[in-house]
Amino acid sequence: MLKIDNLHVRVGEAEILKGLSLSVPTGEVHAVMGPNGAGKSTLSYTLAGRSGYEVTDGTAQLLGDDLLALNASERAAKGVFLSFQYPLEIPGVPALTFVRAALNAQRKARGEGEISAPEFLKKAKAEAANLKMDFEMLRRGLNVGFSGGEKKRMEIFQMAMLAPRLAILDETDSGLDIDALKIVSEGVNALRAADRSMLVITHYQRLLDHIRPDRVHVLAAGRIVASGGPELALELERDGYDKYGKAA
Amino acid sequence: MAADVETLATVEALAGEKYAHGFVTDIEQEFSEKGLNPDVIRFISAKKAEPDWLLAWRLEAYARWLALDEPDWAKISYPPIDYQALYYYAAPKEKVGPKSLDEVDPDLLETYKKLGIPLKEQEILAGVEGASRYAVDAVFDSVSVVTTFKAELAKAGVIFCPLSEAVREHPDLVRAYLGTVVPTSDNYFACLNSAVFSEGSFVYVPPGVRCPMELSTYFRINASSTGQFERTLIIADKGAYVSYLEGCTAPMRDENQLHAAVVELVALEDAEIKYSTVQNWYPGDAEGRGGIYNFVTKRADCRGDRSKVSWTQVETGSAITWKYPSCILRGADSVGEFYSIAITNNRQQADTGTKMIHLGPGSRSRIIAKGISAGRSTSTYRGLVSVHPKAKGARNFTQCDSLLIGKDCAAHTVPYVEARNGSAKLEHEATTTRLSEDQLFYAMQRGLSQEEAVQLLVNGFVKDVLQELPMEFAVEAQKLVAVSLEGSVG
Ligand SMILES: Nc1ncnc2c1ncn2[C@@H]1O[C@H](COP(=O)(O)OP(=O)(O)OP(=O)(O)O)[C@@H](O)[C@H]1O
Ligand SMILES: [Mg+2]
Repeated sequence: MLKIDNLHVRVGEAEILKGLSLSVPTGEVHAVMGPNGAGKSTLSYTLAGRSGYEVTDGTAQLLGDDLLALNASERAAKGVFLSFQYPLEIPGVPALTFVRAALNAQRKARGEGEISAPEFLKKAKAEAANLKMDFEMLRRGLNVGFSGGEKKRMEIFQMAMLAPRLAILDETDSGLDIDALKIVSEGVNALRAADRSMLVITHYQRLLDHIRPDRVHVLAAGRIVASGGPELALELERDGYDKYGKAA
Repeated sequence: MAADVETLATVEALAGEKYAHGFVTDIEQEFSEKGLNPDVIRFISAKKAEPDWLLAWRLEAYARWLALDEPDWAKISYPPIDYQALYYYAAPKEKVGPKSLDEVDPDLLETYKKLGIPLKEQEILAGVEGASRYAVDAVFDSVSVVTTFKAELAKAGVIFCPLSEAVREHPDLVRAYLGTVVPTSDNYFACLNSAVFSEGSFVYVPPGVRCPMELSTYFRINASSTGQFERTLIIADKGAYVSYLEGCTAPMRDENQLHAAVVELVALEDAEIKYSTVQNWYPGDAEGRGGIYNFVTKRADCRGDRSKVSWTQVETGSAITWKYPSCILRGADSVGEFYSIAITNNRQQADTGTKMIHLGPGSRSRIIAKGISAGRSTSTYRGLVSVHPKAKGARNFTQCDSLLIGKDCAAHTVPYVEARNGSAKLEHEATTTRLSEDQLFYAMQRGLSQEEAVQLLVNGFVKDVLQELPMEFAVEAQKLVAVSLEGSVG
């Protein structure tokens, strides 16, 4: 699904990613862990196509297509979804309006017809119920005045509605209380599928108790410095990042 | 950064096709002599076959205008206007006034068709069901071309016709109200209008009548070097209700064209007037060449107790906008509302806002102003809330929000408050935000194109005002907002 090779990314004057390589096969869930400032969010923004993240070397492919040649909305239409570490507020635009516009824009880009209003509403109601969200929240300005945890839940709702091929979850667990963590994890697990891959960025092993990853990678100082099975997360929880050289 | 390069390309691609109403209709026109003098005023008055009192009224206004200076307090700048280089009257040449649509010049009908304004009642009826029916008065340069649905309105007792016709057919009504809300010498541009106004709409809704349909007037400036000076007078008698919409467009021309209109609204006891404007005059090109100078005086007199007037405006056009639709809240418990969206792009300048003058006890007002500036434009909200000693328990709520798109535009908020009454409750909120790159990226990450993302964010920003417009015009206005801002992000 995702194949990143020797990726170098500059933000402003600083080089943040310094030759990062990573592959996520179709249908797999991979976790990325690493110290603060290692470049995890930089990786997710770069993959999503945010301007200001300048790729100076390397490649990133989605199902064989060159991701880096596409703009953000084209990547979304190809199936890239990013659950933001800090979701944005969009005043005056209800979540339902926002997601429906996004879904239809993606469908249009893929040459598909618009989703009908009743079909959309039915799907939205079902997904909101799965995530135990109050449906009325979806009629308010997107994320406006929402708590940190509510915003994260809204990200997963959007993911469920947009049904991406590659989902990048940037610290979706931070800010969630214990019950919410469980609900969101169940929501994510329900979206695991043979034709969908996920990149789960987290600081905490406890999320990986809920969402069992196929592989765990350590990102430090702009590179993947170690990869292993789920047991690697337990080891990190115990020993920290000292042995990977915490400083960039 | 690839995204920026792409945006620039989009801006360039869109620049040429932005203003859809910029065509000129090639039609035979009759003009007054160029410039302004008492003879020109006599010419206009004679063309309209006006009674002597109105000619005298015009000439008096002209004499006062000569003594006034052009106002310079607004945050706008423009080269001096040569008032002698303008035509003050232009009309499509025709034998006599058209009796029915069949007699109207087909080129004119074609123009209105291009503008998307249905004039043929059958077409309106065929195209849209029930609620979307609205009566239209179409004004082309200095004359009204046609007014639709007159018979049906007359059945309800509603008078809706060109002002010049009202002067002839309903002289007592016109004489009783004309200039009572905006006196001839009110300000420089209103005074000029009083001397030379050529057309506009007249509405009278009798006591207790709810006007059975939306009324609307479409103004079109077509002729070159021609000022447009329309004058609108709307009277809602006791307990009456009317909703009125005004739309405006003009061809793209390199020169600046002057538009100085006056609108007077009178609401008697328990009456309600809803006045909506979608102002889409030609704004000039990206370099600021051409465009309409829009100097307009709009005022409502909430004369009766419990009367109510709401102004809703969507201002997207004009090179310069100078406009402050206001309410004089004279009646006890009268209500004034002002909902505004003012969009400026490229080199446009807008200085707009409202005045709420609280005279009656228990009078209430509400102001929601949304300014959006893009390109190198400036937008100023200028408002006055004034509470007089007798207006016990008056209340006002004001909210002014500005949205900036890009780095070269500016927004200003100038709210004046005069409270001469301790029992008044006044609230004011103001925000200024820049359309954030982060929000745009967030929306684009979900699949929206940059244009769609801007549109969605802007629609969210103006939603509170858009929902005040009559349904079918809200849709139109939403599209207009999108078009006005196309390619504004870079
Ligand atoms: N606009 C910028 N200009 C310069 N440096 C930046 C910019 N944005 C981020 N950085 C730097 O890039 C580095 C990587 O940041 P990033 O947000 O990717 O870290 P992270 O791994 O996601 O950290 P965390 O665990 O705290 O979320 C940090 O040192 C950060 O300060
Ligand atoms: Mg991060």
